[in-house]
Amino acid sequence: MRNNEYMKEFSCDLLRLDCERETARLTAFISEAVGRRLRKQGAVVGISGGIDSSVTAALCVRALGAEKVLGLLMPEKDSHPDTLKLSRLVGESLGIKTIYRDLTPVLNGLGFYDEMTACIQQIIPEYSSGWKWKISASDIRNERLFTFFWLVVQSPQGEIVKKRLPADSLLQIIALSNFKQRTRKMLEYHYADRFNYAVAGTSNLLESDQGFFVKLGDGAGDFKPIAHLYKTQIYQLGKYLGLPEAITERKPTADIHPLSQGQDEFFFGLPYEQLDACLYGEKNGIPAESVARAIGLEADRVSLIYRQLAHRRLINEYLSLPPLYPER
Amino acid sequence: MVRDEVKKFILEKFLFNCSDQLDDDMSLIETNTVDSVGMLEIVSFIENNFKIKVEDEELTAENLDSINRIARFIERKLEAQAK
Repeated sequence: MRNNEYMKEFSCDLLRLDCERETARLTAFISEAVGRRLRKQGAVVGISGGIDSSVTAALCVRALGAEKVLGLLMPEKDSHPDTLKLSRLVGESLGIKTIYRDLTPVLNGLGFYDEMTACIQQIIPEYSSGWKWKISASDIRNERLFTFFWLVVQSPQGEIVKKRLPADSLLQIIALSNFKQRTRKMLEYHYADRFNYAVAGTSNLLESDQGFFVKLGDGAGDFKPIAHLYKTQIYQLGKYLGLPEAITERKPTADIHPLSQGQDEFFFGLPYEQLDACLYGEKNGIPAESVARAIGLEADRVSLIYRQLAHRRLINEYLSLPPLYPER
Repeated sequence: MVRDEVKKFILEKFLFNCSDQLDDDMSLIETNTVDSVGMLEIVSFIENNFKIKVEDEELTAENLDSINRIARFIERKLEAQAK
């Protein structure tokens, strides 16, 4: 019993990766998955300039060779200016062929920009061209285990207007925003078909476990080499694989909405190092007190995060389910 | 009655009218009957149906996390409006 209790003590060292060994394991997995199981001749990776897609692409290059990896650069007019620059940098540093596809005309054809503007104007009538917007989520508290959302807009002069989103508008904005991830995945599969390649999924463990992805969008892929890795581990791998510092030192960003989001607006307002510790603790049955001690948070807060992680995993389970059939 | 209207809405919207799955004191969140978007749909229902403005600080489990809690919250708000 005492032994078990001892084993339930958390240390951040538990998240330290043997990068050499993990790289060998994952490159073997990718070679086997692409060549033998999927019977494809290479891999397509949508590169955003973030750490996840960069590490995925780097692993594919190690496994398959640079000439068998295609990087797709797919910004749109609301993407952060660094997105294209950094994704190009990744492609160049890996020596892979890249194809640039601006999503703006596709999204325009789908009515994305016009419908989004109309939707925002229904809530904040003064919103117009030149303004920026984002969705901001409420924090979680013991007295409220659900999240609600504000629409935040900023005028060209910097004035901020914030209104709570009713359910119907929230659903409309989510449905429209999901066009971006689904359009990207459509293009990835287009080029996969074109070159007889497989599509690499770039979800990390948090996204995969919690359902922080768009079904048939960024959640799709033929193989998912980093879906078991914590964010801190992906950063470790990124450095080991020799990715440029501009990528390995860059803080995570969602880059979904035109108005940039601060760290406090992601995942319980925690830096990813602390969030990884909470997710590890919750998944491995480690007492909240132990994780709280290691990362300098209150035990009550970690307990609440545990509850939220379990709740979201259950609520979002449908995102990972295959289609349901009456019989097979 | 307010409670009956709330119950009818929740049954129709989230449970496809399977009334055996719903108790008036049951937590809607803890039983995963309703997620965050569902909670916002309940708020929209309250605001539109009862002509009540629900403030951000009123979005708590105490006010919204069961049929009885929602009904009591609506009744309190209606009483306050009538004064």
